[in-house]
Amino acid sequence: MGQSNGKKLVIGVIGADVHAVGIRILEYAFRDAGFDVTNLGVMVSQEEFIGAAVETGADAIVVSSLYGHGELDCRGLREKCDEAGLSDILLYVGGNIVVGKQDFNDVEKRFLDMGFDRAFPPGTTPEEAIDWLTRDLGVH
Amino acid sequence: MRPVLLIDFGSTYTKVTAVDLDGELILGTATSLTTASTDIGIGLEAAVARLEEKTGRLDYVSRRACSSAAGGLGMMVSGLVPELTAQAAKEAALGAGARIRRIFSYELSRRDLAEIEAEPPDIFLLTGGTDGGNRDCIIGNAGKLAGLTCRFPLILAGNRSAVDECENLLADFPLTVCPNVMPRLGQLNIEPVQKEIRSLFLSHIVGARGLTRTQELLSGILMPTPSAILSAMNLLSRGTSGEEGLGDLLAVDVGGATTDVYSIGSGQPDEANIIVKGLEEPLAKRTVEGDIGVRHSIPGIVEEAGLERLACDSGLEAGQIEDLIHGLSVGRPLQEGQEDLLCRLDHALAAAAVEAATRRHAGKLEEVYTPMGLTWMQTGKNLRLFRQLILTGGALVHASHPLDIARRALYDDSFPRSLRPYQVEVFLDKGYILSAMGVLAESEPDKALRIIKKELTGLGPCGRRPGQE
Repeated sequence: MGQSNGKKLVIGVIGADVHAVGIRILEYAFRDAGFDVTNLGVMVSQEEFIGAAVETGADAIVVSSLYGHGELDCRGLREKCDEAGLSDILLYVGGNIVVGKQDFNDVEKRFLDMGFDRAFPPGTTPEEAIDWLTRDLGVH
Repeated sequence: MRPVLLIDFGSTYTKVTAVDLDGELILGTATSLTTASTDIGIGLEAAVARLEEKTGRLDYVSRRACSSAAGGLGMMVSGLVPELTAQAAKEAALGAGARIRRIFSYELSRRDLAEIEAEPPDIFLLTGGTDGGNRDCIIGNAGKLAGLTCRFPLILAGNRSAVDECENLLADFPLTVCPNVMPRLGQLNIEPVQKEIRSLFLSHIVGARGLTRTQELLSGILMPTPSAILSAMNLLSRGTSGEEGLGDLLAVDVGGATTDVYSIGSGQPDEANIIVKGLEEPLAKRTVEGDIGVRHSIPGIVEEAGLERLACDSGLEAGQIEDLIHGLSVGRPLQEGQEDLLCRLDHALAAAAVEAATRRHAGKLEEVYTPMGLTWMQTGKNLRLFRQLILTGGALVHASHPLDIARRALYDDSFPRSLRPYQVEVFLDKGYILSAMGVLAESEPDKALRIIKKELTGLGPCGRRPGQE
């Protein structure tokens, strides 16, 4: 495990998605990079993400979705975060977040419009996500 | 012979049980009215006198007690998120035998504070945030509690990164600091808090309840009665190093005002495609239904089960039931021929109470269709493979058909998502010995366990697995 950078992440696979392996890989990679990680596992609801982020005082929520329904599952998450008093929290999403082969620029725009700070296309490495988290959270 | 006197100060009755430690048997039991408003020792002496009419004069080697007199142990708890730390705080208090007066989540409001000030709790449990997590809520609440004019025993068991600030703020409270009830998200750590609640009950609450003089007569161990029953159930389930337990079990205690349910066992899923959600469950879990009871809380049962179901179970007309219930509520004496009707109604009420309380206690399954096929989500404890059911409390002990009532605690095709036991052996606590044995278990677990096994009345098997004839 890397030296702690004091930043707290809540991660999980949203919706009725049971892809359990990738989220474990992310958990280890994030922890190794020094983050304090709360992994909620698979089939995580928006409410679970928010409850976990409130209790742990998280700096970012990293949402994973691999089964193509990410757009439906993620809708309203930012608004619910605002309601829960998590207005400054960083929201990331990544995986196979939509169905079919769509232009990722369009997909990214839709997720940014939904209030996500970053959206990552299929094939993103954990290192890229770590890189962005480090920058966005001001880790030195 | 080495006789021990075990005392249960109830809200209405004081019950005494004399046990011979050498012979491992119950010498006798007796009850008398609890005299909490004057001197609780008077009722105790009367009960002991009645006991010794049966057993002859006994020279007790020790006297131990549990109590739920004078309202029991009334607690308020606060946490951050209702399903997380507030829930963990609730589990901690219930498992320690408390009566939970109020559960607060998020920041305490002025209204909440007024409520606390109007009638301060016996103990306040302040939690919030995982270790290293949210600090603002618990520190803010500590500051608000410090602003109250009243003081009461307070247990601090939240985010360890906020302990120092909270301790400073709460310096003039009788304060104990315990490890966080939820150190990591979803992880429950309630035993240290429960130990502390028990010790506070003894040092602070008992004195305030006019039990002090009686305490001098006791050799020690005064605990809340529900805590004693949970302790007895834990012992019966888990056993000791010298005496085997019965394994995972469910117990139901139907009273006049409330119905308590206890389950001992991990309650993990019994199939591979079930995903568990929510906060970790305590191995020994207690729930209390304050609106379900067969005398003071009849309206809750009627609301839950419906008049038609009660009519069906009792064989009475809905009108007859309404009339009987009204009669009970105003204390009208029974008219001639009504005893039998009331007996039938009582059966239906007890059965409905057992059904409602066990459904609320047991975990639930939810089906989720995923692109990978059908998956199940479990919240709460899975009791389906629990094989023992213990019935206690007046309404069940005096029931005419206890097995019919027991069936209502089990899996039911009408509620297939409720994870209640499929098939159990049923035991009845005919002699009301469970609380006494829970008290005895503190010092003599092997003997207490053997006496429980001897004294519980086996009613035989009940229920079936689905698909079985």
